[in-house]
This record gives sequence, C-alpha cells and structure tokens, in this order.
Amino acid sequence: MKITGLLMMPAGLFIVLAAVVLLRTFLAQNLFVAAGIGVEILGLVLFTRSHLMAKRGNE
Amino acid sequence: MSPPSPPAISDLTQAFCLLFIFLLPLALAGLALINTGLSRSRSAAHSMMSTLCVIGVAAAAYFVTGFAWEGYSDLPSHTVSIFGKQWSLLAAGHFFLRGVPLNGSCDSLAALFQLMGVGLAAVIPLGAAAERWRLRACCVSTALLAGITYPLFAHWVWGGGWLKQLGASYGLGLGFLDAGGSSAIQVVGGLTALSLVWLLGPRRGKYNLEGMPAALPGHNTVLVLFGCILALVGWMGLNAAGSILLAGIPLGRIVLVAVNTLLSAGGAVLAAAAITRFRFGKPDASLSANGWICGLAASSAVCAFVPPAAALLIGLVAGALVTITVAWMEARLGLDDPAGAVSVHAIGGIWGILAVGIFPWTATALLPDSGTPAAIQSGQMLAQIVGVATLVGFVLPFTYSLNWLLNRFIPQRIPPDEERHGADLYELGAGAYPEFMTHTDEFSQW
Repeated sequence: MKITGLLMMPAGLFIVLAAVVLLRTFLAQNLFVAAGIGVEILGLVLFTRSHLMAKRGNE
Repeated sequence: MSPPSPPAISDLTQAFCLLFIFLLPLALAGLALINTGLSRSRSAAHSMMSTLCVIGVAAAAYFVTGFAWEGYSDLPSHTVSIFGKQWSLLAAGHFFLRGVPLNGSCDSLAALFQLMGVGLAAVIPLGAAAERWRLRACCVSTALLAGITYPLFAHWVWGGGWLKQLGASYGLGLGFLDAGGSSAIQVVGGLTALSLVWLLGPRRGKYNLEGMPAALPGHNTVLVLFGCILALVGWMGLNAAGSILLAGIPLGRIVLVAVNTLLSAGGAVLAAAAITRFRFGKPDASLSANGWICGLAASSAVCAFVPPAAALLIGLVAGALVTITVAWMEARLGLDDPAGAVSVHAIGGIWGILAVGIFPWTATALLPDSGTPAAIQSGQMLAQIVGVATLVGFVLPFTYSLNWLLNRFIPQRIPPDEERHGADLYELGAGAYPEFMTHTDEFSQW
C-alpha cells in the first residue's frame, strides 16, 4: 500500500501535466487537472494510511 | 504571455535589496527559537545546535551544487522539447558559484538570497523531527535538501524553469508566481518535515496503547513568542528581497509587501487565538504562534500581488487552517510534529500559493496587454494548481525517497533508550539547563 501510494502521487502529477500540454478547451483541461489532483490525494491518503497501520502494528 | 523578467536594478534598489537580505537571519533565529521553545527542555541545546549545523550545511551544499542547478533568469539550462515547447528542467551553471560576479549584480544578490533561503527551508524540518533526530543524520539530510531537492524545484519556479514558463508556453496567466518563497522555501521545507515525521515515528510516550496522543508541552513559551517577533522582521526582508529579485517588483511597491506581510501574520494570529479561545476556553499561546508563522508562510507567495484587505483575509484563513490541521494531524493521522511545522509551512504555503490565483491583483502593471484580467486570473489559478500538484506529486515522493534511502545507511533516529534522557545528553553530553531539577515523574510517564 505504501509503494502504491507513493507511485500514485507522481502518476497524478503526470495527468495534470498531460492536461496542460495536450488539452486546449477550458472544461476538458480543468476536468483532467481535477482528476490528476484527485489521484494525488488518493495516493497521499493511501501513503498516510500505510504509515498509520504500521504505527499501530508497532504499538 | 511571458512573466516579467527581473529588470537590471538601480544602485539604490541594489542597496535596499542587500539590506532586506541581511534581515533574513532574523527569520532563521525566529524559527530556531520557536523550534526550541516548543520542544522539551531535555533537548533544547540539541535543537539550537542542530539549527546552527543545518544552516552551515545548507549554505555549503547550496554553494557547491545548489546555485549551479537552480540558476537565475537568463543563465543556460538543460531543456527537453515536449510537443514543440521547451521545458527547462535544470540549470547548467558552474559549481562553487564560479562565473557569478559577486559585485552586487542581480545574479550575486539572488545567490546571497538563496543561500539564506535554503537555510530557512532546512530549519523547518528540525521543528517536526525535534527531540529524536540525530545530528549527523540531520546534517546529511540537509545536504540532500539544499544540494538537490531545493535547487531543482527553485529552478522551476525562479530560475526560468518550466513552471515559470507556463504562461509563455501554455497561456496560463503569468506562469507560476511566488514572490517570497511560499513554495520553494516553505512547502519544500514542510514536505521534507512530513517525510521525516513519517520516517522517524512519534516520540516515546506521545501515543498510548490505544493510539491516543498525550500532551508533551514545550518548555518555554516566551522563547516561542519572541521567536515570532523576530520571524516577522526576517520575513519582511525575505518577502521584500524576493519580490524585487524574483518577481521584478519595483522598490516603491515594497511598502505594500511589508503591509501585506504584517496583515497576514496579524490576521492569522487573531484567527488562531479566537478559535482556540472558542474551543478551549482560553487562547492557546503555542497554537497562536503557529498561526502567526502560518500567516507569514502564506504571505510569501502573495505579498506583492494582492491588496491589503486580501492579505488580512488570507491570514485569517491561514490561522484557522493551522489550528484545525495541527490537532487533526496529531489525533487522526498519528503525526507527532512538536512544532506543527507540517501544518504551518506545508499547509500555510500551499494556501498562499493558491491565494495568488484566488484573489484579484493590485499589480496591474504586471499584467500583459493581451487578454482580459479575468482570463489571465483564470489561467493563473491553473498555473498555481499545477505548482501545488508538482509539490505533492514530485517533491514529496522525492524527498521521502531520499530520506528513506539515507535512513538505510545512517539511522536517523536517536535510540529509544537514549531518547528518554533527552537528545542533549545523548548527542552533546550536557543539557541546556544544568541547574534545573529534572522531575522524576516526567521520566516515569512512559
């Protein structure tokens, strides 16, 4: 879960950058940027949860 | 639309710029006092000693590789072509500041500014990792931050990199804007702090077996609050020098920068005091101090662009954010961050970056002739969001990976058995306050 979360953060960034580079219409660009940010947040949540579970395991 | 490139500055501006840069060490002193005051007395000397070492290592690492990789304005850089657009990824300067005429030119002033700025970014993680971070490990970690992570991102923002060129290449406003370092200094430092909090784990005794956090109050609130005053002076220098050197703001607008910096900090401390008064019955001094610094961190990005009323509002939101997120991170995310560095610098910095796109600008002189202000502002918001996405999507995994790798070779955490005696005794051999009694119940809590 930790590695998945860690990899999802740059994956989200690539979606954001792809939207900026490839899309021209306002709506599509903003939707894809929002999707990329969503993927980053999901990665951050997964990464945080993996640390939280590891900490609880240690206790 | 291309961002305004920093103009050649007059002798008067040069002199003022130098004066503003000389104020920056006060920001370092302020953060050092805050970090020390918010940690326990058994690690006070270690905290101050770490600060000095970290500033020295950061300056040395930045001198060796940092400025060469960050670059400034028109220096050559390594670029890649993506669908016909040039993306500048890394500057191609000389190591050891070779080729930078240290004679008061814009390049030399920028180098001096960054030598101090990188120290500020490096001091931020000390607050989050207080009482449990080995001196040797924090020096090596700082070298990685100041020599690799910071210059890489700072090049993208300030050295003519791809984030700065988003306006010229893709029509996103003026490209990513950050006058005083909310992103490259505050958020980069804050995300490094977050990585270290994850890697080091909580202090012994912070969480009980049910995972409930215990209060481990700092040992000197006066130090913390005095640190806030020092930080204000240092931040005014940081924002003023950054606005001139990195955003091309004329000297006359520095009054606006100073007013915005003060209003943002003031709004933030008032919001934090009011919220803690509402929640706990009395204002909380340490959270109010966190609010003050969070307001300063948020002000760095916006100080040169927004009207004073907006700066006050930005400060109020920053103060509210920090009081909520400090408690949330401690109780729900299990993050033991004694100085609240992640909330203050990472969350506050991100809020400041986004605020550049949210609030209308006063700096109409910066606006290009083409395009309506509304269209430019809309593109600007997207540029700021791309900047935040880069921080979360690249800087956080990158700095975490570097510190994880370092932890494999140099264990970063003080051994648990030694931690209970305090970092002062383990690392320095003597405490900060040798005449003080050590209460036995403090040791028997855990």
